[in-house]
Amino acid sequence: MQDFRQRLDAGDVLLADGAMGSFLMEHGLELGDSPEKFNLSRREVLEGIARAYFEAGAEVVQTNTFGGSALKLGSYDLADQTEEINRAAAQAVRDVVGRDAYVSGSCGPCGKMLEPYGDASADQVRDSFARQIGALLEAGIDVLCIETMTDLNEAKLALEAARSLSTEIPIMATMTFDPTPRGFFTMMGNDIPTAAAGMIEAGADIVGSNCGNGIENMVSIAQGFHEVTDRPVLIQANAGLPQLKGDRAVYPEDPVFMASKVPDLIAAGVRIIGGCCGTTPDHIKAFRAALDAR
Amino acid sequence: MSVLGQIAEQLQAGEDEQVAALTKQALDEGLEARRILDDGLIAGMNVVGEKFRRHEVFLPDVLLSAKAMYAGLDLLRPHLGEDGAHSRGKVVLGTVQGDLHDIGKNLVGIMLGGAGFEVIDLGKDVTPEQFVSEAREKKAQIIGMSALLTTTMPIMRQVIELLRTEGLADDVQTIIGGAPVSEEFACEIGANAYAYDAANAVDQVRRLILQAG
Repeated sequence: MQDFRQRLDAGDVLLADGAMGSFLMEHGLELGDSPEKFNLSRREVLEGIARAYFEAGAEVVQTNTFGGSALKLGSYDLADQTEEINRAAAQAVRDVVGRDAYVSGSCGPCGKMLEPYGDASADQVRDSFARQIGALLEAGIDVLCIETMTDLNEAKLALEAARSLSTEIPIMATMTFDPTPRGFFTMMGNDIPTAAAGMIEAGADIVGSNCGNGIENMVSIAQGFHEVTDRPVLIQANAGLPQLKGDRAVYPEDPVFMASKVPDLIAAGVRIIGGCCGTTPDHIKAFRAALDAR
Repeated sequence: MSVLGQIAEQLQAGEDEQVAALTKQALDEGLEARRILDDGLIAGMNVVGEKFRRHEVFLPDVLLSAKAMYAGLDLLRPHLGEDGAHSRGKVVLGTVQGDLHDIGKNLVGIMLGGAGFEVIDLGKDVTPEQFVSEAREKKAQIIGMSALLTTTMPIMRQVIELLRTEGLADDVQTIIGGAPVSEEFACEIGANAYAYDAANAVDQVRRLILQAG
């Protein structure tokens, strides 16, 4: 397998995977339970998810560690097992993809707000990320994905934690934006230029957005990033916004529709494409076909 | 500028210590607590709410202003008469069972508090039984429910059904909100209102309480 950075330097477009949570639910994840609990007890489920996306053509396959920071796990009384939980997830993906795909360590928000508007201190949050990221690095991930951030300060603390542990590991960093009449902002009020500059300064190699938007808004968001940076952009769109049919959530954007926007994404500087909530291996297959057809 | 104007201004700036000092000053000057609340704290919070609605300020600003509001409100409470006398209505609030996302719900609580309502916040992962028994015990007029996950939205329906079977549906009205929730969903499950954001939740609660008389 060619080096991750070299692929991007060569201008390649890499395909990442899709949603994880819906799979876990199908396999018995209870409402309100930690999705990362599976990492210790249900390894076969993690392998099944990784295999489904790998076989769909994903070459960047994510670990089930979105809520794997010590602080987040602490809300389920699992903080003591932070290292084991993260290592197990990375090993499960590696066992499936071998060296034929990149293992991407997922690192989502810690679930606490920072001082002064919240009550978590910067040191607490940085240390919490460092424990998670340390374990992921130790387990041999190929790339780190700090994702779904809404507070640039928190994203920067995760990046600082990562860079204090490794200057080498490629890092992708994404934030989630809301469309407003004044443009795209995160919940905490960060716009795209601020987010891009802040994350790059703190050590991100690849920047972009995931979650919160369907594929069309994501094209605009990617353009926003592309206007302010030459770095490769990562986009993982939702399959639209969920609509409730009966008591079941349905995501409206089908694989064909989402894949039809792949050329627009690439034109907007996107070099890693994947899916977020509501996307399935079928979406990833459609992305694969669209990429291969170029 | 009057001390009330200064309170409103410092509250908007999120200066909790300043708001506390000015509130104390206003009380020392003999101003009525009710007036300090309405024309100082609530007036300031209304401006913050309006700017938030226009996306001119964001969550951190609102949270800092809320801290400042509570710094003033804590000083006013002993002067506002017996419990609840200053309240425009009681709202039981929570994120529904199975859902641990409480940022939006907290924001609604802040905005309702800032608009003069008494908020009984049950936190997150709240069961239908908890919502209903708390509303009955505290004689609340409104139950406000929040969900971020599509998988927890059905709990909202259960709360409304439980209110019906307990014979409370005429006394307690329901309002729902959260990213995946919609007006259509509110109609479908028989909720009395849907709020698309925190500022709208205040408008809707005001309307429901007014209509209930």
